[in-house]
Amino acid sequence: MTRDVPIRGDSRPLRDYPDVWARYSPRERIVHWLWLLGAAAAAAWSISALDIEWEFFGDAHEQAVDLITRMWPPNWAYLPRILHPLIETIHIATLGTMISLIFALPIAFLAARNTTRNQATWLLGRAMLVGSRSINTVIWGLLFVAIFGPGPVAGICAVAARSVGFVAKIVAEAIEEVDAGQIEAVEATGARTLQVYGVAILPQVLPVLIGTAIYRWDINVRESSVLGFVGAGGIGLYLYASINQFAWSQVLVILIAILVIVILSEFVSAYVRARTT
Amino acid sequence: MSATSQIAEGKPRPILQIESLEKVYATGKRALGGIDLAIDHPQLVAVIGSSGAGKSTLIRCINRLVEPTAGRILLNGEDVVALDRKGLRAARRRIGMIFQEYNLVERLTVMQNVLSGRLGYVGFFASLRYRFPPEDIRGAFALLDRVGLDGYHNRRADALSGGQRQRVGIARALMQRPDLLLLDEPTASLDPKTARQIMRLVKELVSERQTPAIINIHDVALAKAFADRIVGLKDGVVAFDDDPAKLDDAALADIYGDEDWTADTEDAPPSETLPARETAS
Amino acid sequence: MSVVSPSIDPATWRPPTLFGTRARRTAFWLAVAAYIVWSLSDLNIDGARVLAGFPRALNMFERMIPPSFERWEILVNGMVESIQMAIASSLLGAVLALPIGIAAAVNLAPRPIYLLARGFIVVGRTFHEIIIAIFFVKLFGFGPVAGLLTLAFASAIFLGKMLAEDIENMKPGPVEAVRATGATFPQVVAYAVAPQVMVKTLGVFIYRLDANLRHSTVVGIVGAGGIGQTLSASFSRYDYDFASAILLSIAALVALGEWFSDWARRRLR
Repeated sequence: MTRDVPIRGDSRPLRDYPDVWARYSPRERIVHWLWLLGAAAAAAWSISALDIEWEFFGDAHEQAVDLITRMWPPNWAYLPRILHPLIETIHIATLGTMISLIFALPIAFLAARNTTRNQATWLLGRAMLVGSRSINTVIWGLLFVAIFGPGPVAGICAVAARSVGFVAKIVAEAIEEVDAGQIEAVEATGARTLQVYGVAILPQVLPVLIGTAIYRWDINVRESSVLGFVGAGGIGLYLYASINQFAWSQVLVILIAILVIVILSEFVSAYVRARTT
Repeated sequence: MSATSQIAEGKPRPILQIESLEKVYATGKRALGGIDLAIDHPQLVAVIGSSGAGKSTLIRCINRLVEPTAGRILLNGEDVVALDRKGLRAARRRIGMIFQEYNLVERLTVMQNVLSGRLGYVGFFASLRYRFPPEDIRGAFALLDRVGLDGYHNRRADALSGGQRQRVGIARALMQRPDLLLLDEPTASLDPKTARQIMRLVKELVSERQTPAIINIHDVALAKAFADRIVGLKDGVVAFDDDPAKLDDAALADIYGDEDWTADTEDAPPSETLPARETAS
Repeated sequence: MSVVSPSIDPATWRPPTLFGTRARRTAFWLAVAAYIVWSLSDLNIDGARVLAGFPRALNMFERMIPPSFERWEILVNGMVESIQMAIASSLLGAVLALPIGIAAAVNLAPRPIYLLARGFIVVGRTFHEIIIAIFFVKLFGFGPVAGLLTLAFASAIFLGKMLAEDIENMKPGPVEAVRATGATFPQVVAYAVAPQVMVKTLGVFIYRLDANLRHSTVVGIVGAGGIGQTLSASFSRYDYDFASAILLSIAALVALGEWFSDWARRRLR
């Protein structure tokens, strides 16, 4: 038994209610379609210009299956040989982060509006930030390998070069947020500029500096795992070599090792940050 | 009253019949310990009881937002508990629900929220583009007018007051043309005046649309003022089920427990003030 | 004279020191020093070679200046390829991120699917884009397709993770309400989930577009197309003045991308 209760079954006088309703006005709808069209056009342009050879997709899944069957089982006998490169990878990340800390502080003071000397020094600081940040760690690695030759030194420098901008940018923002009144108060005592920085600003931005560095360290472990691809030391070198030798069961061991150290470092980083900040 | 007389001669099966309904949560808490309840004509049934007595669990078991542990829930003779996912969706269409926190989608307009009551009746792609049948649109406008929100259809839900949001919530539930309304503390977040207005609206709608409603409510005074029948829950079982007029001090003591009750009745006019304290605590 | 203000004077307040006591501070610095000594000896760093690097750096720097934009056509081609890779991979990644995000939201997905999706995200996030790129290069050959797929994969995981977190943080009430109307799961997603997470997700998407622009400059190093491949080639040919031109262009592109992403996300209000 279904009860058919009319929706207008109330006692009030009925009115003619409209039976059309649109969420958007025609103009809004045109704008929406234009956005969609724009996105579709961008996608079409991007994909068409990339010269995709579709026949590659034809057997890609077979190749993938092939790859996986060659990888399994992992060749655990290879593990002892990559233990040292793994430690090296972590050294590269840690030393690189440490070096970046030393440079990040002065650059942050240059790049913060309230502590920089003048327009020129501010621009210099900002340029350093942009330069450091916009070039990827691996590209920095390419550069430093050309300078120092292959090896971990290039890797450490690459990590430091990229991290400086990352850490300094956040610290500069923290400096800019320091209350101007406190700086004035210390200045009023007749303190010199460096003393002002040391007494009024440093204690407040130090936790930011340390927190950011620990956070960056864990990113750097991940980045260091591939620096070997351009010859800048670490486990990446072994991964690259194993792939080129088609030693897929070794590749799997390396991948698992990278998985472990990256997850471990993420864990350590989160733990230390929770303890210190 | 009029509702009673209409149905009386037909003596149909109950619209809702709950049989030994039990719910034990994963934590081991026994929220419902065998509820029997039947509603056989359009009436406003208020469910009262202290916090944790199982009011909310009971109401959510009826449309299985909470899965019952045991028992049967017959909606027009069909056991909701035994339904598969598809059947459950069909049953939910026939049960309108109204919430304490309104549960409107805030970024959407009033109309979009009201139309979401018809989701069970349109396909996915039609609903994605808000292609609802003209009679649904007309019905939504009519309902908005009925609940006192004429002209509000293109307002965003987060721009409304609490009372207005609850009216949208009511309109959304009624859009389903439900056989049964479930109201979970619909007035608990509203000021007293708005709360009375909402209760009055609900009472009117129950008789206008011949739809029974089950309402969870903390405020015993409101329940007595508007409900046709009161069910008192205590520790997951029915402790009272009768006419509001029969809800006396003794019955309240049964539902809410002895100690609080006697302490408060000594120097206060009884029935109405007590539950208010219950809400406040 | 009494201090009325209950708060500590911010000028004299110092964050709780990391070490606590003096002894622990000394121990910390000793540990740092010991670590540096150990790691440097472990790395077998050849001091002479490092020193030799400095004149080489100077020499390289001299050869980099002035940057040569002579072969600008190659440069522009590489840049355009990077931009195309970034756009296409962001869009593809966004499409793939929808199921991943829903599957990885604990309040929407059934337990086994949730765990599977979370595991996938954790493992996928671990590997650097370059590692993923090298596999796609093996599967699809050298060129931008491998780069496109790499970035799409990385974006799908990133966007999926962010989407899952937004879904987990949304209000449960509206979802319950829409579910209670008898709506199907896709309808619940469209009516209760999407409106709540849409704006945030768009912001994350724009951020990712910018990030992909940055990453598209590097996947080329393993042969996955884009400006990175051009840069890598110029380095191996000791073509430093062209390399510096490329580096400057990358920096400009990245800065522009960052500015665009900030602007667009501000407009989302």
